[in-house]
Formats: sequence, C-alpha cells, structure tokens
Amino acid sequence: MTNPAASRNQMPESDKPSLRRWLLTDTPASRRQARLASLYQGWLTLKSNKLTMIGFGILVTLVLVAILAPWLAPHDPFAQDLGNRLKPLWTDGFLLGTDSLGRDILSRLIYGSRITLYIVILVALIAPVVGLFVGTVAGYVGGWADMILMRITDIFLAFPRLVLALAFVAALGAGIENAVLAIALTAWPPYARIARAETLTIRQSDYIHAVKLQGAGALRIITRHIWPLCISSLIVRVTLDMAGIILAAAGLGFLGLGAQPPSPEWGAMISEGRKFILDHWWIATMPGLAIFTVSLAFNLLGDGLRDVLDPKDSGE
Amino acid sequence: MTAQSDIDKGRQPSALVESLVRAAKILGSIAVTMLGLLFVTFVIGRVMPIDPVISVLGERASREAYEATRIAMGLDKPLIVQFFVYIGDVIQGDFGQSRLTARPVADDIARVFPATLELATLGTLLGVVVGVPLGVLAAVKRGTWIDQVARVVALIGYSMPIFWLGLVGLLVFYGILGWVGGPGRVGIFYVDLVPSVTGMILVDSALDGQWDVFWNAVSHIILPASLLGYYSLAYISRMTRSFMLEQLSAEYITTARVKGMSEWTVVWRHAFGNIKVPLITVIALSYAGLLEGSVLTEIIFAWPGIGSYITTALLSADMNAVLGGTVVVGLVFVCLNIFSDLLYKFFDPRAR
Repeated sequence: MTNPAASRNQMPESDKPSLRRWLLTDTPASRRQARLASLYQGWLTLKSNKLTMIGFGILVTLVLVAILAPWLAPHDPFAQDLGNRLKPLWTDGFLLGTDSLGRDILSRLIYGSRITLYIVILVALIAPVVGLFVGTVAGYVGGWADMILMRITDIFLAFPRLVLALAFVAALGAGIENAVLAIALTAWPPYARIARAETLTIRQSDYIHAVKLQGAGALRIITRHIWPLCISSLIVRVTLDMAGIILAAAGLGFLGLGAQPPSPEWGAMISEGRKFILDHWWIATMPGLAIFTVSLAFNLLGDGLRDVLDPKDSGE
Repeated sequence: MTAQSDIDKGRQPSALVESLVRAAKILGSIAVTMLGLLFVTFVIGRVMPIDPVISVLGERASREAYEATRIAMGLDKPLIVQFFVYIGDVIQGDFGQSRLTARPVADDIARVFPATLELATLGTLLGVVVGVPLGVLAAVKRGTWIDQVARVVALIGYSMPIFWLGLVGLLVFYGILGWVGGPGRVGIFYVDLVPSVTGMILVDSALDGQWDVFWNAVSHIILPASLLGYYSLAYISRMTRSFMLEQLSAEYITTARVKGMSEWTVVWRHAFGNIKVPLITVIALSYAGLLEGSVLTEIIFAWPGIGSYITTALLSADMNAVLGGTVVVGLVFVCLNIFSDLLYKFFDPRAR
C-alpha cells in the first residue's frame, strides 16, 4: 500500500484476495483503480441485498435463455401439430402443454424471451438517450431553449402513455418495431426532466467554471462533464421503468398492435390463449407468468441499484 | 401593530394582481399544453396511411367525386390552415363523424365516458381505502412482517400485467367459483332497464330505486374495480409509506411522544395530518392513471368505456374516433394534473 506503483505492478500475477485488497484500497493509485474500486464496492453493496440478486439472477437467466434458445427449446416454436393441440401441462414431450395449433408452449416462451429482450434493449437505447440530450441541452443552454424544450416535454408527459402509444401504432401500423418506437416516444420525457434537474445543479459547480476557464466549449462541457454525472440516476430510472415498458409492450401485443402472429411474443400469446381460458387455462396463464417474472426481476434489480447509485432517492 | 397593518393594507392590491398573474400563467400553460396535444394528434392523424377521402367515399368513387369530397373536407388547403380548422372544430366539441358507429364522435364519447369514470372512481376509492392505511401501518411498523407484506403486495402490483391478472381473475372468480358477474356492466336480463341519467349504472339504478339492477351491476363491476384498485393501491401505499417515514423521523414527533401523547394521536393527528397534501396529489395522479390504465381492463371485461371505444376504433382504422378519444383522455389527464397542482398550492402555504 505504501508504494502504489508497486501494488499496481503486482496486480496481474496476484491471486484473488490481493486483487480484492487492490480493489478495496483507501488510496487508489490511478484513475482506473479508483473507478474499478467504486464499481467493486457498488457490486458488494448490491450483492448483500438478497432480493436484488434474485432479480439479477432472473435477468441473467433470461439473457442466457434468449441466446441459447435454439438449443434449449424442445420443439420448433412455429411448428403446428394439430394432432397434439390443447394438450395440458406435463404432457409427455410438452412440459407446459400446447396451444390451439398444437405448438409447444415452452418452446414459444423460450423464443419469446428474445422478443422481450429485443424490445427492452431498443427502448433502453432510444428513450434515455433522447431524454438525456433534451434535458442537458435545456438545462445548460437555459433561456428560450429551456422553455421550448421543457414545454414539449410537458406536453408529452401530459399525454396518457398507453393511449398515445396506441395512437402512434395506429398511425404507423402494427408491428414490433413500431411498438418499440411508440413506447420510446412516450417514455423519454421523465428522463429529460431528470437530466435537466441534474444539469441545473451541476452547471453552477466550481469544476464546471474551472473547465470553462480552460476554454472548453458548451459541447465539450455537456458531453464530457455533464453527461457522465447524469448517467447513474438515468440507469436507475431506466431499470425501474423497464418493468413498465415490458408491461406496455405486452399490452400492445395483447391488443394485436405489437408483434404479429405467429410471433411468440408473450402478450400476443396471452391474447391467443384468451379464447380458451375457461377450458384450457394454461395457454394464457404461462406467458403471463413469464411477463410477471421478468418485470418483477427488473423491479427488484432497480430497487437495489437505486440504493447503490442514488442513495438520496431511496427513501430509506 | 399599526405599522404592520399599514404594510398589510399596502400589500393587498399587489397580492391580488399577483394571484391574477399566477392564474393567467396557469391558464396560459394549460392552453399551450392543450395546443401541443392537439398538434400531436393532428400530426398522427395526418401521417396515418389511410386516405380520409376514400374512407368516406369508398374505393370505387369516381375521380370527380373524389376531388369534390377532398375539397369539401378541406384537404386541399395548406396543412397549417387545416390545423387551425381542426383546432376550431375541437374547441366547438366537433371531433368529426365516427366511421364505425356513423355518429358524431363527441356523442359517442359522451356515451362511453361515464362507464370509464364509474370504473376508475370505484377503483381509486378501493385503492385509497386499503392503500392509505396499509402505507401508514407499514411506516409505523417499519421493518416488521407487516412492512414486508406491504412491500411484496406493492411489488407484485408493479410487476403484474393487468390484462393477464384480469383474465385469471375472470377464470377463477367467474368461471370456477361463480362469485361475481361476468364481462359487461350488467347481466343480459338487466340491460337497458334503468333510464340513463348520469350514464353511470350504479348511480342510475340507485336513483331509480331498482335495487336488483344495482346489485347485479355491483357484481359485475366489483372484479374490474378491484383490479384497478389493486394497481392504485400499490402506488398509493408506497407513497404513503415514504411520506409517513419522513414525518415520523421529524423532531416534532419525538416532542409529541415525549409529551406523553398516545401513539394514535401522534400517528394520525400529527404525522398523518402533515402528509394529507402530498397524498392528495398522489391520489389525483393515480386517478388519472386509472382513467387511462383502464384501456386493457375494459377490453378484458368487455366494459363499454372510452378505452374499449378507442381500441375498437383503432382496429377498424376509424381515425376520427381514435383521435377524439385521445384528445378527451389527454384533456382529462391534463386537468387532473393541474387540479392536483392547485390543491397543493391551496393547502400548503409553503408552496404558494
């Protein structure tokens, strides 16, 4: 510890405990070490919360299932087998039964995880980026730009989200890309609000003045010095919002405005199973449980992340 | 004292002017928001790939008839003119004709809206009656099993797809147990038995004294209302809990306890008294949320409200009805938001 350079040089060949010590040191020797150390400490806090880890585990499983779908799925999710239609749970070869066209529900759920992930990733890429951009520009530039951008944000916030998404999908046409677009269009305003609030507090801080004195322009200040500080509260918000986004996507799918049949999207599967709910309850129930599990996982993880990244908002 | 009252007198006119300015500002922001809302719906209506002329005339219209209708509908004018015409129409309550029902959209909405209102109101009521005490209890008994139960209840509420829970609810309570009425507002034998006064069947049947209709309607509304109530409960109980925790750790609570007040007085009179204002805002927001969140619930329960209206219109590409419904829901949403803001300012002197 006394010789930081030495401890850094030791790092590559050192075994686990000393790597741990390197990460937990009070006197980081480099920027990289400090950054890794704070990440590691965050991870330790996260790890100590059992519920968070359950959520994390479910999401890791979801990703693995989505990647390994072709190997995991016992059947082709699109293969119809009318001789085996409406088979109940635990039937030989069809663990979760079959739907009205004899397709294996388990295989469809496994392939459906890809669609869920696809939606989640796309929305998570679009909405916070738009929000971050609008919010930081409004907060940093101020004046008229702030007024106009925040008015637009308020207008989108004033709209009921699902209804707006419905109207967008109606205009653009039903389909999974348009559903993603509609959800993203209705999801960005809260991020803009958060980013603007953060920017307003950061803008007046001393280090921004210092950077300004060094001659940095607005673009550089926003991208290099304001964005990195907005990221953590946005990540928390995105994780917590993911549950809502999954539910909205499933809702659109259920209404027939999202993924189109025969796509194994979970919401659309519930819609297909709805006709048979009284006699063959498992067709609609299983995809609902899948949606519930994934959005619960996002909620659990989001709660834990909030405690680590954004302690002031945790309300504890 | 006299100097003080002189100052107060001197302030009065300016205070009046100030509140007028504030009122004007609020009205201005409502107007701008509404204008933006209309602009968005207008744009959505314009980019719609369906040709409005063909939707009126049918596909086999002659070229001349097509042109004549296009001009009669004002579609040959510049977009900006069309936008102002649209705004003018909406201000007069004219959303155009619905293709599906062949009636003015405004009439349709007036007919379906009370059904949604009835459902959302009952849902919010249930959410408040259960959610507020649950939140208070969770805060007072923080860290105990009660708090954990409240947390799990809320977490499940946040994570459950509402349309799925509705389906499962119908399956269990209607299909298997037979405890509640099925989809729709009343059983088939009770349809149109009571004259429509408010459009809300519970109120209408009670006014008319037809209690058999009333109880039948109750058996139909109870499941969807509980469902919506559960969602607002999840939100309201979490917010109540965090508001209460903030108050209970304040010093005046310790003072009250030191003075020997009963726990009941400390919790309900002192702490709860101070969270009433933010709580009202939360409840108003959740009410607004239910008005829109009922879209999927209405579909599941065949509830003839504005949500089913918009969705049915959407699936048959009836754009006037979709946009009209969207504008009305948006309007209600905006009004509730502003209403909760005003309440806040009215009840909380610090926010003035």
